[in-house]
Amino acid sequence: MILLDSLTKRYGDFTAVAGIDLEIGEAQIFGLLGPNGAGKTTTLRMIAGILRPDSGRVLVAGYDNVANPIEARKLLGFVPDRPFVYDKLTGAELLRFSAGLYGLTGPDVETRVDELLELWDLAPWKDQLVESYSHGMRQKLIISSALIHKPRVLVVDEPMVGLDPRSAWLLKDVLRTFAEGGGTALVSTHTLELAESLCDRLAVIDKGRVVASGSIDDLRREASSETAGLEEIFLKITRGATDSEISRVVGD
Amino acid sequence: MSVRREFVLLLTPKVLSARRRGIAGRGRWGRAVMVLGVGAAAWPFIYVTLTRLLRTLRGVEEVGPLLASKLLALGLLVFLGILLLSNLIAALSSFFLSRDLPWIRAAPLDWLSVYLTRLTETLVSSSWMVVLMLVPMLAAYWTVYDGGWTFLALSILAVVPFLIIPAAIGSATTLLLVRLFPARRSKDILGIIAVASVGLVVLLLRVLRPERLVNPESYRNLVDFMAALRGPSSPWLPSQWGADALAGFLQGGFDPFLLVLLWTTALGTVTVGAILHRSLYAACFTRAQEGTENRIQHHAAWKWLERALSGASLQRQQLVLKDVRIFFRDTTQWSQLIILGVLVVVYVYNIRVLPLSSGEMITRYLITLVVFLNLALSGFVLAAIAARFVFPALSLEGQTLWLLGSAPLEARTILGAKYWVGAVPLTAMALLLTGFTNYLLGVPAGLAVLSLASTVALSLAFTAQALTWGVYFPEFESENAAQIPTSIGGLLFMLGAVVTLGCVVGLQIWILREFLMSGLPGREPRNPFMWEVGLALSGTLMCCAVSGILPYRAALRRLDRLDF
Repeated sequence: MILLDSLTKRYGDFTAVAGIDLEIGEAQIFGLLGPNGAGKTTTLRMIAGILRPDSGRVLVAGYDNVANPIEARKLLGFVPDRPFVYDKLTGAELLRFSAGLYGLTGPDVETRVDELLELWDLAPWKDQLVESYSHGMRQKLIISSALIHKPRVLVVDEPMVGLDPRSAWLLKDVLRTFAEGGGTALVSTHTLELAESLCDRLAVIDKGRVVASGSIDDLRREASSETAGLEEIFLKITRGATDSEISRVVGD
Repeated sequence: MSVRREFVLLLTPKVLSARRRGIAGRGRWGRAVMVLGVGAAAWPFIYVTLTRLLRTLRGVEEVGPLLASKLLALGLLVFLGILLLSNLIAALSSFFLSRDLPWIRAAPLDWLSVYLTRLTETLVSSSWMVVLMLVPMLAAYWTVYDGGWTFLALSILAVVPFLIIPAAIGSATTLLLVRLFPARRSKDILGIIAVASVGLVVLLLRVLRPERLVNPESYRNLVDFMAALRGPSSPWLPSQWGADALAGFLQGGFDPFLLVLLWTTALGTVTVGAILHRSLYAACFTRAQEGTENRIQHHAAWKWLERALSGASLQRQQLVLKDVRIFFRDTTQWSQLIILGVLVVVYVYNIRVLPLSSGEMITRYLITLVVFLNLALSGFVLAAIAARFVFPALSLEGQTLWLLGSAPLEARTILGAKYWVGAVPLTAMALLLTGFTNYLLGVPAGLAVLSLASTVALSLAFTAQALTWGVYFPEFESENAAQIPTSIGGLLFMLGAVVTLGCVVGLQIWILREFLMSGLPGREPRNPFMWEVGLALSGTLMCCAVSGILPYRAALRRLDRLDF
């Protein structure tokens, strides 16, 4: 469903994404892990068509998102890491606007808006300006906006930031149901428990490159540790701080 | 940590940020050139004009010194008003809306150091422009009255408390205002008051018709004006104390009590402000976090607009509706309509009071020339409106651009929607402005059609140009729509628009030169031939089409390749 072929993005002299190759199939949740500044957000933004790659390509259901951006984007729903939306629209107006961008209108959209707002407990704030929403409410509104057109691919950058436990649980359920229905969810996260419990397959990115990918078992083999949890695997692969370093900085 | 150390510590990031803003960022050279250019033009202009005026006044017995000191008092009074208003607005940001406040509030800091740093921030951000204006003004008094170095020291001693007083009053008033309203609502209210005040001042200055002062027939009014100047001044205002102290020193009647009055008042207002801050700030800060009542009622106007847009594609409809909704819900955007209204009223008023039929020297030639002048000025007004409302269109998307970037939208749909959101009201304004002023001027039918068609074509071209410059020089970080047109891109757009306008007016005058000459004394007056009007119209349309379509295409290409 998603194919990344030698995907590269540079900002001046800095290479944020250095030739990533990935293939993500249908009906699965794919997790993208990596330390801060590894290139996760840049990768997701290129998949969503927000950033143009310097070289390489992104195919969504066979559509190149530079050569055929409209066809590729029609299939996609994107949730950014920071919930910036139009403050001066109401929640319902924002969802109607989003539906309109995907060519949807009429009573079906109204039903869908109500369904999504109900799902995320936002119905009481339907006609309130977004500027009065909390961070978590905005996050839920953006997730609703990404789902309004029933996409086949969902690209979600740091989905749990700002969500309360009930909403986080709900989002996991939504993503699972989405994948069970044949959808592809690509999720970038720092929450390793989430990745371990939710994702069917994972890729670890570091310094703009994929350093490991596959199922949890594949990653265990990669890290030469058959029983390790994802946290240990992640630290091994990305060479996290050692105990002695931590003790030196934080200890007495 | 002592209050003094905390004060320095809290101000350090602000100073560093300001310094880095000055030396980094795209367009810094353009901004530097603009600031230096405006400064290089404005300072000598103020200084030379005021010096000449003061020299003339110094030569007038009795009334001269009186007028000089009244002029200083009047200047300081205007500055005091500006300072009070800008401090009120700046205090809202620095005390209640600044992004670093939660962090500052959570830190173990003395309340007095927080108050003093925020007061200093408010003072500096509100007063720097007034100080820049005061420098050439006081320098002119210094030169004309040979003030010496003592005057320099005295000026600093008088100006510093003059700046502190409105800052302390403004901050305290803001505190009390937030006690009554949530901070964001207060900001809206203050924003509208500020814009309306500026509009009112411009309107009043124009309606006073200062040009009559050079008209001998209105000397009687000047005498009345002088009588008003001799009237009671404002003994309770710091501007009067400052003016009396400075003018008194220069004219040989210095009263040190006025300086004492200024400084004690400054310290007194700061003390009162600090006491209010200590007792009210915590509660007010909590209040400032509350939102306003944001439930939106569904107006019939939206339904009407939706119906009006029904012919457009769904995506374009949604983009237009979104832009129009946001415009009318954002105070920083719609309040600019007040300034626009004032601009238009002043313009129409200027046309109305033109002495076209009163003077003996006015020829038919000059009257016809006014028609072209009207086209040039209307065009300039339209360019200014486009700079204010169309140029910021893409910048206002700011951090929400991801939504458009990830949607199945073509660049031409986004740009097209923004184009029509700008072009329709601008064209309506063009028709209204030119139609009404043509009516006031009594322009013949052929020329009226030409000027109407020209302003419509110009407004369509200006919309395209404004969008283009906005796409090439977006200001995505800006939080205030009113600040976006003052960026380097806004300036470049205005320059481009003036060039377009010059080409159009120049072309029309060249084509219609024979007709224009026919209005000179001793020639046979005639109306323009149809072929002349037709040729001028074709040239204008061609010029506007080229200057609109080429930039628009460039903007499309740029937007298509833009990383959102």
